[in-house]
Amino acid sequence: MSPQSNWCRCTSCHAGYGWKDKKFDFTSQENIDCLVCHDSTGSYRKFPTACGHPAYEDKKFGGKDVKAVDLRRVARNIGPSSRTTCGRCHFYGGGGDGVKHGDLDSSLLKASKALDVHMDIKGLNYSCTICHVTKAHQISGRIYSRPAPNKHQLALPQDDGERLACESCHGLAPHKKEPLLNGHTDKVACQSCHIPFYARGGVFTKMWWDWSTAGKFTDDGQEIVKKDEYGNIVYHSMKGSMGWAREVEPEYYWYNGAMTYFREGDKIPGPHESGRSVALKINALKGDYADPRARIFPFKIMRGKQPYDPENRTLVIPYLFGKKGTGPYWGDYDWGKAAAVGMKEAGLPFSGKIDFIETEMYWPITHMVAPKDKALVCEACHSRNGRLASLRGFYLPGRDRWRGLDGSGWLALGITLMGIVLHAGLRFIGSRRRGGRA
Amino acid sequence: MKVKIYLYTRFERFWHWAQALLIIFLMLTGFEVHGSCRIFGYAAACRWHNLAGITLLGLSAFAVFWHLTTGQWRHYQPSFYNLRNIVGHYLIGIMRGERHPFHKSQERKLNPLQALSYLFLKVFLLPVQLLSGLLYYYYNDWVSWGVTARLDGVAYLHTAMAFALLLFLVVHVYLTTTGGTLLSYTRSMFTGWEEVED
Ligand code: HEC
Ligand code: HEC
Ligand code: HEC
Ligand code: HEC
Ligand code: HEC
Ligand code: HEC
Repeated sequence: MSPQSNWCRCTSCHAGYGWKDKKFDFTSQENIDCLVCHDSTGSYRKFPTACGHPAYEDKKFGGKDVKAVDLRRVARNIGPSSRTTCGRCHFYGGGGDGVKHGDLDSSLLKASKALDVHMDIKGLNYSCTICHVTKAHQISGRIYSRPAPNKHQLALPQDDGERLACESCHGLAPHKKEPLLNGHTDKVACQSCHIPFYARGGVFTKMWWDWSTAGKFTDDGQEIVKKDEYGNIVYHSMKGSMGWAREVEPEYYWYNGAMTYFREGDKIPGPHESGRSVALKINALKGDYADPRARIFPFKIMRGKQPYDPENRTLVIPYLFGKKGTGPYWGDYDWGKAAAVGMKEAGLPFSGKIDFIETEMYWPITHMVAPKDKALVCEACHSRNGRLASLRGFYLPGRDRWRGLDGSGWLALGITLMGIVLHAGLRFIGSRRRGGRA
Repeated sequence: MKVKIYLYTRFERFWHWAQALLIIFLMLTGFEVHGSCRIFGYAAACRWHNLAGITLLGLSAFAVFWHLTTGQWRHYQPSFYNLRNIVGHYLIGIMRGERHPFHKSQERKLNPLQALSYLFLKVFLLPVQLLSGLLYYYYNDWVSWGVTARLDGVAYLHTAMAFALLLFLVVHVYLTTTGGTLLSYTRSMFTGWEEVED
């Protein structure tokens, strides 16, 4: 899904007031809403569908009351940014707490040491900006040069600030007790060992989102909303089926800090050589073993099914919110109509056919660093079926072997032992015959 | 008539047993690092394997020095004299209780078959194993040395040699039982004295 044609909803985070259509200038200073980051009352919150505006009066959203923001109180309490202010967008990406990232959710507000050694409220109690050092409003982002997707529009005028990494504070050889670990830092990112599981704070993160099942209603036309035992929505007429998890083991891939993005209009690659369709990667990671800048990095992979145009082989951009009858999916529940409007708005061709394709999206895991005694043990990787079992193309001691070599080795040992038993047996019989002499 | 002769000097015996223990320990830890067994835990196996490997390297350096300065290297000079009879002895004669065709002495304490196999051990198996181990140990510095090879090759070589050494060890230990009594050769490796037919 893309922000195109859904501006009002998405701009609640992708900062600014009044982003109504695509003519809005993202890069203009005046359009950046200062309070999202600088309110210290914790009450400044945008109304989900108000195009980036907060609730000026009490309203209802999704059955919940949303209190009007007391702008005067907020204005009197402008303060430094905090985990609360940054988290307002970053914890709630994708429409809910922890939905998107998996390593950024509201449990970090009151983090324990077990959850995050740096944001532990009884310990270091770092705010986001201690690590994400801001210089003249350029919040430092990912390590290495991570080219922004197309003309990536950020909450900030530009997103190519200083790059940040664990090494900025810890250096490349932080292990004194186990020097062998320092030998890893060139090929294994710190996060791979130090974040054994993500979404550890109790908040669930979304792992699966299948749009193809959306649009089902009860016989009398009522919306269906199914929840699991923890209250996570597993089916919603508007959004389809969803899967949730917490305490999730990351998946590991080579990553040099760069990603390529599948953009609206791009052609979906055909079935794989094997004839099987593989999931479409919305963002694909760059880097492999041979790349000296790539390291093994942990990821959350959000999998799902999205509507696409099987004829043009493009993802469709459905028109989601709007007045019933004008084609919005969340009104008319017709993918064909919603896609026709959405694709027209985006200026892209649409064949009129809709099908669903499996998609994957890769989210780097970098927060929720666990205490050192919870770091991965060697066997997590160095064993036949460890966490790196499916990451091929390089030799990993303890996991890899040349089967032919090991097989011949053990076979030779077996034959030798049998030979010895035979030899010893014959010697024994011989000495018996001679009356016990050797 | 049997006589006792002094065959193995103190250093030689120390070297033999230290090497034996180190090699057995290296095999246990090595096969754990390789993923074939679980004994010490991976971290400990790596750490101890490295330490034992370096120690064996140091010991070997002393041994080379000893062999050269004492002239003991001469015992390993290959000889094919009577080789066929010796092999025949181990295959058949030994079952019949025949006398060993080789006569041990201080001048020539290894029979030609022993000399050949120990020579193979000392100039091929162990050096290749120690060097590939050293290369493996310094794997993280390959980049700075300009070596772009992958770990696979070295690891496979190291594994192949480990199997060869394992077979050597097994056969070697079995053959120690072929002396006057099952343990007489082992005993002389502790005392240095061996009883031989005059
Ligand atoms: C994306 C979040 C964000 C937004 C939006 C934002 N700021 Fe900031 N601002 C920060 C951070 C982070 C700092 C660094 C100090 C801190 O932690 O508060 C900062 C610092 C400041 C400072 C202190 C001087 C300095 O540079 O350290 C001022 C003044 C300021 N911001 C004004 C504004 C104004 C005016 C706007 C609206 C145009 C705005 N900010 C929007 C995050 C934000
Ligand atoms: C108004 C919502 C909002 C607020 C508040 C906000 N951000 Fe962001 N931030 C975004 C969006 C949208 C992006 C771009 C999308 C993305 O990559 O997740 C972004 C991107 C980033 C990135 C770069 C990610 C990358 O891809 O390199 C960092 C780092 C970041 N924000 C940190 C912060 C910090 C620290 C604060 C608090 C000072 C903060 N943000 C406050 C919305 C916000
Ligand atoms: C201990 C230091 C540290 C703290 C505290 C921290 N971050 Fe980060 N963050 C990092 C590092 C390091 C990266 C870069 C990871 C990479 O290499 O891609 C990062 C990356 C990010 C990214 C972009 C990567 C992604 O996950 O998509 C966002 C967004 C972000 N941080 C937001 C936040 C917010 C919001 C907070 C506060 C709740 C925060 N960070 C606190 C260290 C920190
Ligand atoms: C291969 C896994 C692995 C990688 C990669 C790794 N670590 Fe560690 N780290 C550990 C383990 C296990 C421990 C606990 C044992 C110890 O203290 O040595 C640890 C301990 C630490 C400690 C505590 C040290 C102390 O003595 O208090 C810090 C700090 C640390 N790591 C930071 C990092 C940083 C920064 C990186 C990236 C440059 C990194 N680690 C990469 C596994 C790893
Ligand atoms: C802004 C500096 C900074 C950054 C960036 C940073 N750390 Fe730390 N980290 C610290 C400090 C300070 C400590 C506390 C050291 C101490 O207690 O001795 C610490 C402690 C740790 C510990 C030890 C926790 C324990 O159990 O005692 C680990 C592990 C660790 N950091 C890993 C990381 C990883 C992984 C990253 C990257 C995601 C990272 N750090 C980024 C400053 C930083
Ligand atoms: C996150 C997975 C991971 C963990 C945990 C891990 N390793 Fe590794 N290790 C690797 C990878 C990947 C390589 C291969 C690096 C390469 O080919 O450059 C490697 C290589 C090695 C090597 C051979 C190359 C070298 O650097 O000497 C040794 C030895 C090793 N690890 C020991 C350990 C020990 C001991 C521990 C636990 C204290 C450990 N590893 C924990 C992933 C891991």
